[in-house]
Amino acid sequence: MTTLLHFVFSGLVVGGIYALVGLGFTLTYDAMRIINVTQAEFVMLGGMLTAVLFGAGFPLWGAAVIAILITIVVGLLMYRLTIAPAKEDDHVGLIIITFGVAIFIEGLTKVLFGKQMLQFPPFSGRESIPILGINVQPQAIWMLVGALLVFLVLHVFQTRFLSGQAMRATSANPLAANLVGIKTSRIIAMAFGISAAIGAIAGVLMTPITLVRYDIGILLGIKGFAAAMLGGLGNPLGALVGGLLVGLLESLGAGYISSAYKDAFAFIVLIGALTFLPHGLLGKKYVERV
Amino acid sequence: MSNVLRSRYVSVFILAAIAIVLPLFLGTGYELRIMVLVAIFSLSAVGLSLLLGQAGQISLGHGAFMGIGAYAVAIGPAHYGIPPLVSAVLGLVLSCVVAYVIGRPILRLKGYYLAIATLGLSYMMSLFIDSEPAFTNGPDGMYVPYISFGDYQVSGTLTWYCISVIALLIGITLAINLATSPTGRAFRALKDSEIAASVFGVDVSQKKVLAFVVAAGYASVAGSLLALYDNFASPYAAGFMNSLELVTAVVIGGMGSIIGAVVGAAILTVVPQLLADYQNYDTIFIGSIIILFLVFLPQGIVPSLRAKIGKEAKL
Amino acid sequence: MRLRLNVMLAALAVVAVSAPVSWAQAEIKVGAVLSITGPVAFMGEPQERTLKMDIEKINAEGGVLGQPLNLTIYDDGADASKARTFAQRLIQDDKVSSILGVTLTGPSMALYPIAENAKVPVFTLAGAIQLVEPIKKWMFKIGHTDRQACSVLFQDMKSRGIERVGLISGNDSFGNSMRTQCLGMVDEYGIKIVADERYGPRDSDMTPQLVNIKNAPGLQAVLSPGHGESATILTRNYRQLGFTQPLYQSHGVASHGYVSATGAAAEGVRVPAPAILIADQLPEDNPQRAVALDYAKRYQERFNEPAGFFGAAAADALRLFVAAAEKAGSTDPEKIRAAAEQLGPVVGAAGIYNLTDTDHLGLDTSTFYMSEVHDGKWRLLGPDE
Repeated sequence: MTTLLHFVFSGLVVGGIYALVGLGFTLTYDAMRIINVTQAEFVMLGGMLTAVLFGAGFPLWGAAVIAILITIVVGLLMYRLTIAPAKEDDHVGLIIITFGVAIFIEGLTKVLFGKQMLQFPPFSGRESIPILGINVQPQAIWMLVGALLVFLVLHVFQTRFLSGQAMRATSANPLAANLVGIKTSRIIAMAFGISAAIGAIAGVLMTPITLVRYDIGILLGIKGFAAAMLGGLGNPLGALVGGLLVGLLESLGAGYISSAYKDAFAFIVLIGALTFLPHGLLGKKYVERV
Repeated sequence: MSNVLRSRYVSVFILAAIAIVLPLFLGTGYELRIMVLVAIFSLSAVGLSLLLGQAGQISLGHGAFMGIGAYAVAIGPAHYGIPPLVSAVLGLVLSCVVAYVIGRPILRLKGYYLAIATLGLSYMMSLFIDSEPAFTNGPDGMYVPYISFGDYQVSGTLTWYCISVIALLIGITLAINLATSPTGRAFRALKDSEIAASVFGVDVSQKKVLAFVVAAGYASVAGSLLALYDNFASPYAAGFMNSLELVTAVVIGGMGSIIGAVVGAAILTVVPQLLADYQNYDTIFIGSIIILFLVFLPQGIVPSLRAKIGKEAKL
Repeated sequence: MRLRLNVMLAALAVVAVSAPVSWAQAEIKVGAVLSITGPVAFMGEPQERTLKMDIEKINAEGGVLGQPLNLTIYDDGADASKARTFAQRLIQDDKVSSILGVTLTGPSMALYPIAENAKVPVFTLAGAIQLVEPIKKWMFKIGHTDRQACSVLFQDMKSRGIERVGLISGNDSFGNSMRTQCLGMVDEYGIKIVADERYGPRDSDMTPQLVNIKNAPGLQAVLSPGHGESATILTRNYRQLGFTQPLYQSHGVASHGYVSATGAAAEGVRVPAPAILIADQLPEDNPQRAVALDYAKRYQERFNEPAGFFGAAAADALRLFVAAAEKAGSTDPEKIRAAAEQLGPVVGAAGIYNLTDTDHLGLDTSTFYMSEVHDGKWRLLGPDE
């Protein structure tokens, strides 16, 4: 029983990160109908910049806040310089551009900050807390709570605040939103900024446990995308559910089936979701079929 | 002569002419080896160009199929006693089957799902290679025997130069054929608008899968050639970096142009040899290239040059 | 038009690729093909730095045979095909007398036929036993094999009465090689592997695998041949799960960097360490003590980072090359190769080498020193601990 609990908890914790990455994917998909491959690089930047600033002497909270702000700027710059000028209907080109930006960010990080893994201390120490018979790291609890908080805040934003509602309007029908006076380009930029922020927060939450390196982005992106797909692209709650599920499946698979192929489980989930559940578990029903 | 110049295969003839002359300048050592690698890489890029440039589908994990081709010629002889040439053919078949199996469900949906799915595929291929050392010798790579006919072993840079250049020329000819055929027009219709294409009677899913399978086939052959030339199957070919370089080659050469793929592949193979400290900057170099080209020169090198020089955009 | 374009491109390629080779005279040219970027940068980078640092020192002291050494390093990025290309370039264009370093097994195997054909000796730094068994005339292997590391580990376990061992390894080159070699040696030492788990080198959590190991019946010790950050994460997971059994790792973590990154969790971890790790604890009459201390000190001062196993092996490859060149009195590759086999014992930072015509490894396990983390530092274990 303790074994199962261990696997479940491990899975939930890592699933929280996948959920946040997936949430970022969902937001930009909502805004522009593209898959923003750079989403996972925002996570890496959040963790990396915090680690670098902390290592240079900044206090932990200050470093984290600055890192998140810088990442938001990167996200906005990316939109301004590469997405906005490109043709809206050239989806192939857009995705490759986001891919190119992701690679560029990776390369720049490698050159500026090196190839080794960096870390910073957990928010409240490393003493394990025994819960239900398993030793839980305090940071893991921060991760789960943090992920849930982000979802909550986003939900409140999208339902109670005008800009948030404007975001949902734009995603539902950009033309109509425009006609009603919503500046769609501003909204899309905001979506980029928010996904960058969410990604960075995920990075800050996870780095004390997972450490960060310039190349963690791509694999994380694949898993985050699987989470978003499983939950249903376009539905933030779907990203949460999808992420936790992917994390759980991965952990249980690694524990009970094969640890060598741990990374493959997310991929299998992805292919399965695309094949059998193209709308995802909770997705909206507007996926184009050809 | 003017007939040749006007033929749609003129690029093939020009390439052939250059290829014949090149060894006279370069000798048969390290420099010619680079040309062999260019030819092999170009072959894979041409396949990707059919998928990406003609049919508008993104594959970010094309290296996976090169990996299948490369490891087929290592595993076939080592574990099953199948001669390398036959193994290469089997590898080709396997790549096409895998492409079909992955492609059918995913290509029914929007094209960009293929992007992430292929990204995952390439990663899974690397994972498999690393995790089954009993089968693949793990991350250290695997020995590949020579193709031999009786006592004669196919080896040596000049021999492989001839083989890979001929393979490339055949590959380009077939690609041009395909692109100018009704199927090719169907591909381009897909790229412009899937809905319009289906209204016109194009079986959209089937054509997408066809493009994916063809591209996989090209990559598999290229992978086998590489492994046979090196007498070694390296996990790198199946990996993420290689897939990335292939996409970049097609992008900078010009997505709509088959010859562009060759140009892109040549640049990406030769340039790193010229820049001494390249390896640390390779990622940032490739990333910048993708961004710069797609933002400022979305047509790529070859079509842009052609447009400048005033010819109508053909192949 | 198209014709001119293609001709221009061809001309560019030709010109670029046959760039002029350096005309420097009276130099000894040596080369290396290292994996400085990519998954094994933790090995390749110290190797590159060490070679550059030591060659500078040698040249400042007058060079070899009165000539300066000229080093050309190429980065194969862990790709065997690139390694082969660079080997060809080193031999044909840069005209090296020897290839002083190859980081990984795959690249070593891939480039060997080129070196063999051209009759240029290669001093590889990779770990697999296949590099010297069966013996390859033109390849010397510098540094312990993974099999030797396993042997020292199992010997220590046996002497503590440990039989049932859980194994957890990464599926990268280093982890794979260690796992294969260790599994191959279990019978010799009466060890029984009761669990065999793997992890990816980029994994951020190994709890599921460790939980499985913990449940293995009669578990007495855990062996994790890892390196870098994976080793740190694994060690922390290990302590969190409350294992009481001793944790053994391998020479991949034999560095001060591991201890400082891992913190208190590293306490009690046992490792087969090369001399440089505990050089100051070696007895004064140990021949390696002076050499190891000198290398460790210079590396730390120059790069502000502690020295490790992989850099030390590179230093020794250079040492052996220089000794061979001086003995041969020539830069001719064939003569250097022959001389290397006749050097007798050479004391290095990572081992004492005795290369012969039947032994291109020249090392025994006596230059691995079993050590333990104690109070945040590496402590050399006495013979009966």
